[in-house]
Parts: sequence; structure tokens; C-alpha cells
Amino acid sequence: MTEQLSTAAPAPVLEARGVGKTFTGVTALQGVDFTLRAGESLALMGENGAGKSTLIKVLTGVYQPDEGELFLHGEPASFAKPVDAQHAGISTIYQEVNLVPLMTVAQNIFLGREPRNRFGLIDFRKMQEDARALLATYDIHVDVRRPLRSLALGMQQMVALARAVSIDARVVIMDEPTSSLEAREVETLFRVIGMLRSQGIAIVYVSHRMDEIFTICETVTVLRDGKVVHNGRLADLSRVELVALMLGRSVEKVKRGGVTAFGEVKEGEGEPVLTARDMSRKHQISGIGLDIRPGEVVGLGGLLGSGRSETLKAMAGVMQLDEGSLTVDGKRVRSGSVAAAIKAGVVMLPEDRKAEGIIPNLSIRDNIVLAALPRLSRAGFTSRAKQDAIVDVFMKRLRIKAASPNQVVSELSGGNQQKVMIARWLAMNPKVLLLDEPTRGIDVGAKAEVQALINELADEGLAIVLVSSELEEVVEGSARVVVLRDGSVERELRGSEVTEHHLMAALVGENHSPAEESPAEIKERL
Amino acid sequence: MSLALEPSVGPATTKQVTRERIAGNVQRYGAAIVLGLLLVVGSFAFPTFPTLSNFTNIATQSSFLLIVAVGMTFVILTGGIDLSVGSVYALGGILAAYGSTWGIAGAVLLPLLVCGVVGILQGLLIAYGGMAPFIVTLAGLLGIRGLVFALTNEGANTPLIKDAAVTALGQGGILGLRWPVVIAVVVVVIGSVLLARGRGSQTVLAVGGSESAAVLMGLPVARVKFSVYVVSGLCAGLAGALNAAYSSSGVPTVGVGLELSAIAAVVIGGTLLTGGRGNLIGTTAGVLLLTVIQNLINQVGSLTSSVQAVVSGIFLAVVVIIQTVLSRTQRL
Repeated sequence: MTEQLSTAAPAPVLEARGVGKTFTGVTALQGVDFTLRAGESLALMGENGAGKSTLIKVLTGVYQPDEGELFLHGEPASFAKPVDAQHAGISTIYQEVNLVPLMTVAQNIFLGREPRNRFGLIDFRKMQEDARALLATYDIHVDVRRPLRSLALGMQQMVALARAVSIDARVVIMDEPTSSLEAREVETLFRVIGMLRSQGIAIVYVSHRMDEIFTICETVTVLRDGKVVHNGRLADLSRVELVALMLGRSVEKVKRGGVTAFGEVKEGEGEPVLTARDMSRKHQISGIGLDIRPGEVVGLGGLLGSGRSETLKAMAGVMQLDEGSLTVDGKRVRSGSVAAAIKAGVVMLPEDRKAEGIIPNLSIRDNIVLAALPRLSRAGFTSRAKQDAIVDVFMKRLRIKAASPNQVVSELSGGNQQKVMIARWLAMNPKVLLLDEPTRGIDVGAKAEVQALINELADEGLAIVLVSSELEEVVEGSARVVVLRDGSVERELRGSEVTEHHLMAALVGENHSPAEESPAEIKERL
Repeated sequence: MSLALEPSVGPATTKQVTRERIAGNVQRYGAAIVLGLLLVVGSFAFPTFPTLSNFTNIATQSSFLLIVAVGMTFVILTGGIDLSVGSVYALGGILAAYGSTWGIAGAVLLPLLVCGVVGILQGLLIAYGGMAPFIVTLAGLLGIRGLVFALTNEGANTPLIKDAAVTALGQGGILGLRWPVVIAVVVVVIGSVLLARGRGSQTVLAVGGSESAAVLMGLPVARVKFSVYVVSGLCAGLAGALNAAYSSSGVPTVGVGLELSAIAAVVIGGTLLTGGRGNLIGTTAGVLLLTVIQNLINQVGSLTSSVQAVVSGIFLAVVVIIQTVLSRTQRL
């Protein structure tokens, strides 16, 4: 993208000064200053929960700010409803196309402002001509009489953009517009964005894709914890610096720490708390042996079908073993009984949080104490005070972000749901925690928190087994990695061997060197 | 990370476009085509079927349901439902009978006024109160029927219409068509023009097609949702009044289950029950189909009305299956 407008600084189109927004005690935005100039393309960056979507909603009239003011062309402005913002020239393109699939392209573009003839009836011919002409301005040619849903997603997004701009938009806010587009569709979108900018339309661009941000954006505003932490030209920042700003960590740490938030990891000492010997089950695992010591995180590596989830299930008592034994603190644990495993102190966080773990319509409190209820009950009655005490401790300790313990779990973000799940098992006072894909499907920031939490728990003496299909998570999070292949232990990586390179080599078997299969290919098989 | 997270629908080929168009037309005119076939088959099978008096009969019988179904079409197009129309229809009839003491104006305006108010109340609760249409109008179905019985001494009274002008409104006519038929046609024509070319109807379609999108586009969603329930109430009241005029009395038990016939006719007529697409020509064909099926079964003579219900039920099931298949064809 060429920088047509980099030298002169045109007057601001849209400004926010000292904007704050609080939801039932949780501060989403605090003292946010934000400036957008004509023709500017600004990247709005931040982790999930940093306040990006709240800021967008304030700018587009979905939310009203609790403090601070908005200025449009230098004049104070306030939008009570999304329509007000639209009339003021602020349009929004959402991640999912927000048009009516059953209606035609032309109808969608002119919904709510259809051209009419002198009898007050809709003039469809004019509507279609205008729609065609409008799309042609952006070099988009499509039969405007076709229902929107018959178009490719990228084309639908273009129609949404054309609609947004044709309502005299001066500002177009794009929230993850490319998340469902193909590469060539993204190119078309970028071309159109370029044309809009040359018309003096300002763009606010939100995306998690660094490539796109650096291609299309000129300036950047970084939010963290509801505050603006950086404002400036994007060209002055490197990617690492940008990530560091978003995460609030030093550049060195980001460079050194790679992508995960795990700190230092060390092997456990002393007697193993859990000993598994010769665990076997027909067609699934054969002869697996493991020793887990207090205070260590042991990674369980393996491709899909290698038996890693089955191994966890066997240890958690979910899967009955044909042969083999499981010993916790020197005591034999009956196989195939979850209750026995829990009693011995072995608990598992299942892979599919939604299907196997969380009960969405119950409150945080109920979800946490659920498994511990038998322990907290006497003669069928549970002590509410004891429950509250436990819930309070874990919500603080795991930094669960919620309005209150009574909030329904389905309202929480994925990361916080996962923390509720972890809290449920920690409330059982476990000795061994089995984690199956603990960070799957949660956003980057929450991922980092969960990873940091795993670290902390190990430091406090819990023995942890970690399964993850993200290699870097296994490598950076574990002191040693037991690699499974075809249902048996292939190799154990310790100390300096714990690298992605060695792990990949072990995953595919020692006879193959990773050079034969590219890392990308191996990752695909995970 | 690959850029294509979801398989997107590629540009359609000419063949696909043709198939889409055919599927669209079958959905739109399917009921009319089947109606035509039934008329032809019926004419050959039963000599008593294709007579002027029988067709006049069919038209008159259809007219009341048709007026109700027009209102229902608008409601269903927004993705809503109005279960109260059967009871409102009965209320309209009773009020027309009571109102006929003030002549034709009373017989028409009183039911329209009261049934319009019923529509307003339901519309307020649904559009501005955010309550579910099913529940609100179910309450209407029960409550209004109760009101009808309360107005007629537990259904014991059947108020008669003595005013000649009012009975002429039901039984008289022009060019061999009874007034209810003429009025139903006028309602369909006005409704069709509004639906095809009126600005508000675009919002009706948008609300049914994707309510969240309609809200984000700043369309007057609540106002439109409110309006369709008022229109439906007015239509049901008008139909009830005309039926009372036709039968010279307000019968408290009439219109039980009428809401289901109306919904069936609308869906058979090609309107999506989820809203967003449909037209009144289809609804008209749907109403006529239901009446013609009934008429043909009566022609057989030996079959009972329960058979008619079975046939209508099967027909509805087939239509829903075809609709589902067609909308899949159009999506691909």
C-alpha cells in the first residue's frame, strides 16, 4: 500500500477523549484516547479482552461510554443507537457478513433506503442500476439480482462494504473482515480499502493477522487491559515490538520466550507420586509405563492415534485396562473407576471442554464445587459457607474474570471457562493433574494465563501430565516429554533434548529423520 | 495459518444458475401448479365438480381463510407466528353481529376496531416487549376465545344479524362473485403490491431473513414486527365479520383450528416458515388447494372429513420436504 497521505496530517474525523466503560464492576475501557484522520488506515490491536470490541461498540453506538467524549469532525457527538452512528457516517463491517442471505445483492445494498417512483413504490430497475454502478466503482461485477447467499463469502463481504460506504461513510470499521475469506478475496478487499482511503475515508482495521496489519495499515493503536498503551506509526514498530506491546512483556522476553508463557521448567525430585506399569488395552495402548514426580510437568507427545489421550484416560480411570497397574503414593488404584482415581488424587481435564466438562447454564460456583460436593456434604446437606470459601479462593487464585461467582459459565470467555474447569479439579486437592489440550480453542492472552498457571501449580508441588497438539506448548511447558507412537512409548526426551526438532523426530519414529517430512507436514498430522 | 478457514461458495456456473432459477420458481408457483393439476383431474373424475355453482362455492369457502392467511403471510415472513387468528375470527363474527344493530358501518367497524386493538396489544408485547410470538399469541388464542364465550353467555347465545344490508355484504355480490370473494381478492392485490413494491415490506423480508442484520442495518425492526400483528388482527377480524354476514349470525365456536389451516396454507404456498421469503399468490393457491382437496373428497361422497384432514396433513408434509430439498438446491 502506498502512503498517499503520510506527509500532511488532515483534520481528525473521529476522536475519543478519555473514554471509559465499566460492566458490573469489570473495567473494560479506561481513559482511552483515540484519533482517526481522513484517509488513515489504523490498526486497532490488543489481546482478547484488551477492550478492542468494547471500543468499537462505543464508537458505533452499540454501547454508551460511562466517561469521556466522542468528537466527530471536531464536534462533540454521541450515538444512542447504531443507526445514529451510521447516519453520522460511521459504518461497520463485521466478521460475519451481516446482510440478509435470502435477499438479492441490490436489495441488500439499498435496504431501508430503496429508490421509489412517484407512487411511493420501490423502483427496482433504478435500484438494480444503482447497485450495479456502485459495485462497478470498485471494479466488482456481479449479477445484482442474485440472492446474496449464492455468492462466495468474499463477494458477500464486498457487498457489505459497498453498502457501508454508499451510506456516505466517512469512517469504516472492519472487525476481522478476512477471517472467512480466501487469499485472493483478501487481495480484492485490500484493493477496495486502498480505493476508499484515496477517497478520504478513514479505516479502522481489527485483525489478529500480523501480515495483514503490516500490509494494509499505516498507524496503530494498541490496547491492553482497557488502556491505550501505544499510539503511532506502524512502520516504526517491528512485529516483535508490537507483540511485546500487546502482551505487556519486554521485547527480549518475547524473543526468548517464544510463543508460550511458560517460565522455567524443572524435573521433579524424589519418589514418583504416580507410577504406571505396563498399561495395555487391546488395539489402543500396549505396555506403557510412566513415572510422574511431584512438582514436574511431563509432556505426553504423540500424533493423533498414538494413544496419548487413551493413556490419560487410563490413568484417570475413564478407560478400563486389560493389563498393567497404576500406583499412586504406593497404593494400587483400581482400573476403570473414575471415583477410585479421584479418591487416589488423580484428576483429568478433558479435551472437549464443552461436551465433557463445563455445564454451561450453571453458575461459576456450581461448576467449581460440582465434583467436590460429596466431600463437602454431610448427611446429604452441603455447607454453603464451605462452598463459598472454596470458590472464593480459586476465583482469586486462578484469576477468573467474572462479575460474581453467580455468573453463568456460558457467559465467560473460553479461557475463563477453562480456568473454572481447572478450579473444579483443584478443589478436589489432587496430587496428579492430567491435562488434555488445556489451551485448545481459547484466545492467545488466556492461553498465556493458563500456561502460566500450569507452571505455578507445578511449582507448588502438583504433578502434571500435559497433552497438547501444539508442539511448542509441549516443548516449552514440560521438563521432560514422553513420546508415544502406535500405542507404546517411543522415547523419552529429557533436559536439552526437549526441543521441537527432537520431538518431531521422535513423533515419526527414529528411522525417519525430520528432514524427510517437513515440520509443516508433521504439524498437519497432529 | 491458511487463509481459507471455511470452504466458501465459488462463483456459480450457468448450469447452477439455471437450476437455482427452476428451484426458485417451483417453490414460488408449486402450489399453483398442483392446484391446476387437481382442477383438471377433478374435472375428469367427477362430473359434478366443474360446475359454476361448485366453483362459486369453493371461492366463497376460500375467501374467509384467504383473508386470514394474507395477514398470516406477513407475520410468517417476519419469522413470527400468530396463533390467535382463529379466536380473533370468532370475536370478529360476534362483534359484527352485535354491531349490525347500527347498520353496516357498525358491523364492519366494531370488529375491525376491537380486533385491531388485539393485534396492537400482541404486537406491543412481541415487538417492544421482546416476548416470543408463539407464547403471546397462544395466550391470545385462549384468552380471546374465552372473551367470545363471555360475550355470548358461555356460547349459548348466537347473535343473529337482522340488518339486510349486512347480510347482503355476505351473501350478495357482483358478476356472480360474492362480496367476501371480491374483498378477499382486493386484500390479496393490495397485499401483493405492498409486499412487492412497498418499502416496509423490504424490512419485513429482512427481519425474517436475518433479524440481527436488520437491526445492525438500522432498519425499523420493532415497528415492522409490531405492524404485522396489527395487520393479522385486522385481517382475522375482517374475515370473521364477513363470515358472520354470510351466515347471518355470529357463531361463538367458529374458527377453532383456523390458525392451523392458515399456517398450512401459507407454508404450502411457498412461504418459508422461518421467514424472509414468500408471496401472496402462493398463499392464495395454498388456500384454494386446501378447499379443493376438501371439495374433491366431498365429491367422492363415501369419505369422511377425517380423510380430508389426513390428505391435507400428508400434503403439508410433502410440501415441507420439497421446500427443504429446494432450498438446499438453491444454496449449493
